[in-house]
Amino acid sequence: MAQLLRSFVGVLQDEGILFYSGVPCSILAPLIRDLEENPDLTYLPATREDLAVGMAAGAYLAGKIPAVLMQNSGLGYSLNALTSLNLIFKIPLLLVVGFRGAKPGDAPEHWVMGRSCAKLLEAIEVPFWIPEKETLISNTKEAVETMGRAKIPAALFIKPGILI
Amino acid sequence: MTTREAIQILMPLLSGEILICTTGYVSRDVCAVKDRPQNFYMIGSMGLAPAIGLGITSASPGKKVVIFDGDGALLMGLGVLPMVGSSNPCHFFHVVFDNESYASTGHQWTYSKKVPLEKLAANCGYHDAARVDSIAALEETAADLLKKRGARFLLIKCTGDKEAFKGEKLVSPRVPWPPEEMTNRLKKVLLS
Repeated sequence: MAQLLRSFVGVLQDEGILFYSGVPCSILAPLIRDLEENPDLTYLPATREDLAVGMAAGAYLAGKIPAVLMQNSGLGYSLNALTSLNLIFKIPLLLVVGFRGAKPGDAPEHWVMGRSCAKLLEAIEVPFWIPEKETLISNTKEAVETMGRAKIPAALFIKPGILI
Repeated sequence: MTTREAIQILMPLLSGEILICTTGYVSRDVCAVKDRPQNFYMIGSMGLAPAIGLGITSASPGKKVVIFDGDGALLMGLGVLPMVGSSNPCHFFHVVFDNESYASTGHQWTYSKKVPLEKLAANCGYHDAARVDSIAALEETAADLLKKRGARFLLIKCTGDKEAFKGEKLVSPRVPWPPEEMTNRLKKVLLS
């Protein structure tokens, strides 16, 4: 396993994030594989991203710190859950979002969300980070600290090539 | 039987179960009929009540969870059925008040008029999936399904009584709890 991916999973675990749900993204595939192989962690796939957010909210109510993995295309499906569940009920959540369309040249279906997804989170006041390899670990710690303190979702946009 | 009548029959049957209520009149009626610390009124995020319940049973498998859902809400998030059926939770009782309409937005019709939702649940792996359309059948079936383990589903055919909602007195008031307080009180119950 690549060193940075191992460190990333390690820091998530150290921060107490043991419950995961989500919908796959090719950028996050190595992470999903590692979560599923880790006997100390739970990864339950969802059929749609908002259902993963709902399940994570339930896990939080039952005492777990949750994370949801998704492609940025799934943020659209999740907006109502984030705004009318997490943000008003003060339910924290770490969003690990595969950032398709981050650079020109990605497939056409990712162009619009690629240039809009950060603005969408800005509009609903969900803090986010777009880490480079060098800042992945520190940004993750900042995101987890923010979501725990403010009891709101916080997002990491993972660009291609970071988690390999 | 109206949704509120069905709720009035079901609430006394509950003891310590965690109850996740879908948005709209279901939450308002449950809060008016019998508010309790185990109740969570999901005032927004339509369609996600069963997902929240599944999150609870996944994180804390010993907990008994009951979902009060609506036909419109379930149809909005049908993808949850295979998630529940496959996860095989120990205690997951999924009740759907089916009035074949979106009651709180003016009784527009839903597809549950044609589609038997309990059959979808059964095909998705719920252990028991029943339909009732009378008070007598509800009393008998609900008590039986509450005792059983695993994922169970009960569709209650309710009348979409438009007239009942015209009288202000018959509409339950909004849930008075601020959302964050609902989070805190349910967390306290779940972590005690």
